[in-house]
Amino acid sequence: MTQSDNNWTTIGRLSDLVVGSGVGARYRDRQVAVFLIPELDDRVLVVDNYCPISGVNIIARGIVGDIQGEPVVATPLYKKHFSLLDGRCIEDDSHQLATYAVRVDGDEVQVAESAEGTGAAA
Amino acid sequence: MSQQNLIVIGNGMVGHHFLEQLAESGQAANFSVTVLGEERNIAYDRVHLSEYFQGKTADDLAFSTLEQYAEWGFDLRLNTRATSIDRQARTLTLDTGETLAYDKLVLATGSYPFVPPIPGNDREDCLVYRTIDDLDAIREAASRSNTGVVVGGGLLGLEAANALRELDLDTAVVEFAPRLMPVQVDEPGGNLLREKIEDLGVQVLTGRATQRIEDGNGARHQMVFQDDKLLETDMIVFSAGIRPRDELAREADLAMGERGGVVINDHCETSDPNILAIGEVALWNESIFGLVGPGYQMAKAALDTLTGGDRLFQGADMSTKLKLLGVDVGAIGDAHGDQNPGARFFRYTDEIRGEYRKLVVSGDGKQLLGAMLVGDNSYYDTLLQYASNGLELPDSPESLILPASEGGAPALGVDALPETAGICSCHNVSKGDIVQCVQEGASLGEVKTMTKATTGCGGCAGQVKEIVDHEMAALGIEVDNSVCEHFAYTRQELEHIIRVEGIHDFHALLKNHGKGLGCDICKPAVASILASTWNDYVLNPEHVGLQDTNDTFLANMQKDGTFSVVPRVAGGEITPDKLITLGEVAKEFQLYTKITGGQRVDLFGAKLNDLPAIWERLVDAGFETGHAYGKALRTVKSCVGSTWCRYGVQDSVQLAIDLEHRYKGIRAPHKIKFGVSGCTRECAEAQSKDFGVIATENGWNLYVAGNGGMRPRHADLLAQDLDTDTLIRTIDRFMMLYIRTADRLQRTARWLENLEGGLDYVYDVVVNDSLGIAEDLDNQMARLVENYQCEWKTTLEDPEKLKRFRQMINEDGDDPYVVTVEERGQPRPATDAEKLERIPAVTV
Ligand code: SRM
Ligand SMILES: Cc1cc2nc3c(=O)[nH]c(=O)nc-3n(C[C@H](O)[C@H](O)[C@H](O)COP(=O)(O)OP(=O)(O)OC[C@H]3O[C@@H](n4cnc5c(N)ncnc54)[C@H](O)[C@@H]3O)c2cc1C
Ligand code: SF4
Ligand code: FES
Repeated sequence: MTQSDNNWTTIGRLSDLVVGSGVGARYRDRQVAVFLIPELDDRVLVVDNYCPISGVNIIARGIVGDIQGEPVVATPLYKKHFSLLDGRCIEDDSHQLATYAVRVDGDEVQVAESAEGTGAAA
Repeated sequence: MSQQNLIVIGNGMVGHHFLEQLAESGQAANFSVTVLGEERNIAYDRVHLSEYFQGKTADDLAFSTLEQYAEWGFDLRLNTRATSIDRQARTLTLDTGETLAYDKLVLATGSYPFVPPIPGNDREDCLVYRTIDDLDAIREAASRSNTGVVVGGGLLGLEAANALRELDLDTAVVEFAPRLMPVQVDEPGGNLLREKIEDLGVQVLTGRATQRIEDGNGARHQMVFQDDKLLETDMIVFSAGIRPRDELAREADLAMGERGGVVINDHCETSDPNILAIGEVALWNESIFGLVGPGYQMAKAALDTLTGGDRLFQGADMSTKLKLLGVDVGAIGDAHGDQNPGARFFRYTDEIRGEYRKLVVSGDGKQLLGAMLVGDNSYYDTLLQYASNGLELPDSPESLILPASEGGAPALGVDALPETAGICSCHNVSKGDIVQCVQEGASLGEVKTMTKATTGCGGCAGQVKEIVDHEMAALGIEVDNSVCEHFAYTRQELEHIIRVEGIHDFHALLKNHGKGLGCDICKPAVASILASTWNDYVLNPEHVGLQDTNDTFLANMQKDGTFSVVPRVAGGEITPDKLITLGEVAKEFQLYTKITGGQRVDLFGAKLNDLPAIWERLVDAGFETGHAYGKALRTVKSCVGSTWCRYGVQDSVQLAIDLEHRYKGIRAPHKIKFGVSGCTRECAEAQSKDFGVIATENGWNLYVAGNGGMRPRHADLLAQDLDTDTLIRTIDRFMMLYIRTADRLQRTARWLENLEGGLDYVYDVVVNDSLGIAEDLDNQMARLVENYQCEWKTTLEDPEKLKRFRQMINEDGDDPYVVTVEERGQPRPATDAEKLERIPAVTV
């Protein structure tokens, strides 16, 4: 793990990501899910990997898509949808994923805590 | 009101309908009901009796169950015959010797097949065609016979002839009249029918009176005709008309018709108002009605007579539409034109196609009085509407029977029909009744349950659907079949676009035909279509994001995020060495092992990171992926078959293995399962599978569209006694047609149920190549079979692909939150409480 700037943590390289889908990564004491979406100008989006519905670290394994234009990931076990922009569960707003700030520096994908949501152009 | 003793004699179609109506009327509590049925079976669908030979069981044909009768509170006594009625004492004697008292009696004893009084008609294997027991006897006799003769060339006779033909007998029909079906068709029609039936290899002898039946020379019997000509045959089925079973009524001195039948009035009362008669035993206005529709109408009238309602029986339409030995025959109203002096005729004959149509119109050319059709019944619905609703005919009525290419009129649209138009004659349902249901929000299925339309003879199904569709369109109810918000197409339409435009990836499809990013509905659906069209490797970069999680990791994800590993065990056959490997792998990676319902071994609890190493071991030992994760062939369940089993007649294991290897890996709208049994004992439960194969002495019987699971469905027999090549070709085509036309996640059972034309249509397409696409289907299947790859083998060869099999890209090792506990000597996922104990620092 390399640390750059004050808060930014490098969690992997662009070549580690899977186009049109997600991978898991360690960020500090938790696991995050990192998505690379070609249809959104190759945007990288990062949310928690822990699915509060099933209690398992599997969000990265879900299918990415949109509901009425909002990018979402479908949870692989029980097929609920979480917004990739603000992390809320579309079907049940008592569930929420944390979202993370992302930036791409060269080919390094870097993550930081975020209050505003997630997303960076790769 | 105190309860009246009501006894119904006869538990056939009409008697049952009467009871069902009574139960639904809410008036059943006013009666103490006893039902006597001479047959051992509870009331069943006699109209579809012949399907008993096509694989339907007595249970399939039954209208009800003993439990249902019990729930209704009716005392049903099967295997029990009423032997006499004492009208003075109002009692009934049974063959058990018991005597029952009645206040009201309903005779629903139906009719019996008439056997002409020919010497020798009681010889062995001289049978009739009316009950399930009769059919059992015919099947048994046929198994010992090579040739069979049906005496009687009417509707039922031809149906019996078809049955004999399907039982593999050389079949002949002997008719006393100068032509076949003398009641329904005239001479030109009869000649045409004869030609068509002879083309099927059934011998037709008309104008023949049998004098006697005696010992044959080559066969069991010989029939001697009036001109001393002879016909040798092993068995005979009499189907020379029906006679009312009126013996009880006759002995009780009720008013009878000259040629039999219990006389009834419009209330269905006999000459004794305490005794009613309904169905084929009843004679109304000097007519017996040998169809179920009029019987049902009598049942309703009789019910009203007993319960103070006002429905009457005032005659019924005897129009019929049938397919006999694959030949369409229809007769409407006064089809011969002999009941209306001054009637005029139009006739159309096409000797090439084998079609004949006749119109009987009133002298002024304005009304249709009757019609006759041979060869093509598509004209029937329109003609029936003109006749039964008295619609005024167009200026040139002949246009109604001309083919469209020769100026024929288009079929009468349902919107042209008045609300009062009768649509279902069996259940007396009008267009208005159907329209009303739709306006109340009913779907097609609900219309059928609410009105019962289509559940009698089924002849009205096409029109009912048309009216429902039309009415829904009129109400602006659109049936949206789009896959999802990203594609305004059905799966079938997407399949078509992909195949015709040669599209190879989701991105291109979305750009040209869809919108947005796609979603978890359309992506896997398109992935499946792409896979079954081109059979590319599912983890190619352009496909990987489309796959359901299970396909992405080529394993099934479990509730704790670990995976199950299911190697293919073709046909359920496995060597000891391979079993040992499975055990070793399970031990090494600490996997839970279980024998599945599909005759193979499932290894549960594999961590994402371990999947490649596990498969490395398995592939080395000669295993391939079992596609437990894919919408693809799962397993071909086998029984041990002729190799070991004393009853086996074919090598079911070999066939199961061959089938499994042929179809493995092919992606379909849903999973596909097979079963292969080595004899009729059916230990592989093949009839509950998408494709079921059962060995016969001569080859294989192929069953299709069975299902276990949430809504089980017994498979339908598609073809019999196939050799292995024909079997495989037939499966190829059926499967390809399914892949091309089914909805997403629709298994073969639901697909076939929803397919217009059903099994007959599919048979026509895959066996007779009626659409001319068989070659195309064959080629497409050949390509899929050729392009098979073990996805795990391919994946292991590509380090790029293996990247994905990591819980975290920046850290090796497992997901620390996956915890197992030992139970019964094997690991299982920890419960939430157990997890808290074992992972002290769970931060979420
Ligand atoms: C492992 C097994 C149970 C067992 O312990 O024996 C099993 C396990 C599952 N079945 Fe099954 N079925 C298994 C045999 C069956 C059978 C019996 C058979 O095949 O003879 C049936 C009924 C027969 C049939 O399919 O018609 C069966 C009918 C279903 C259904 C209902 C399908 C339906 O049409 O109604 C589902 C749900 C679905 O597919 O939508 C299902 C779904 C599932 C899923 C995939 C549920 C899920 O989404 O997680 C299970 C995952 C298994 C895994 O992770 O590996 N499973 N399942 C069996 C695996 C057989 C194999 O070797 O591949
Ligand atoms: C092969 C076949 C195909 C047919 N196809 C068509 C078709 O396509 N369309 C159509 O409209 N009709 C068709 N029919 C005719 C239709 O089946 C009959 O019209 C209908 O079954 C008449 O009903 P029912 O109740 O009057 O008589 P049944 O159904 O014959 O029932 C009478 C019952 O009463 C029992 N019974 C008689 N006497 C006694 C007694 N003393 N005590 C106790 N029980 C007694 C009999 O055993 C029988 O079970 C077909 C018939 C057959 C055989
Ligand atoms: S029956 Fe239900 S619980 Fe059992 S394996 Fe099948 S899907 Fe799972
Ligand atoms: S006409 Fe027989 S079911 Fe409708």
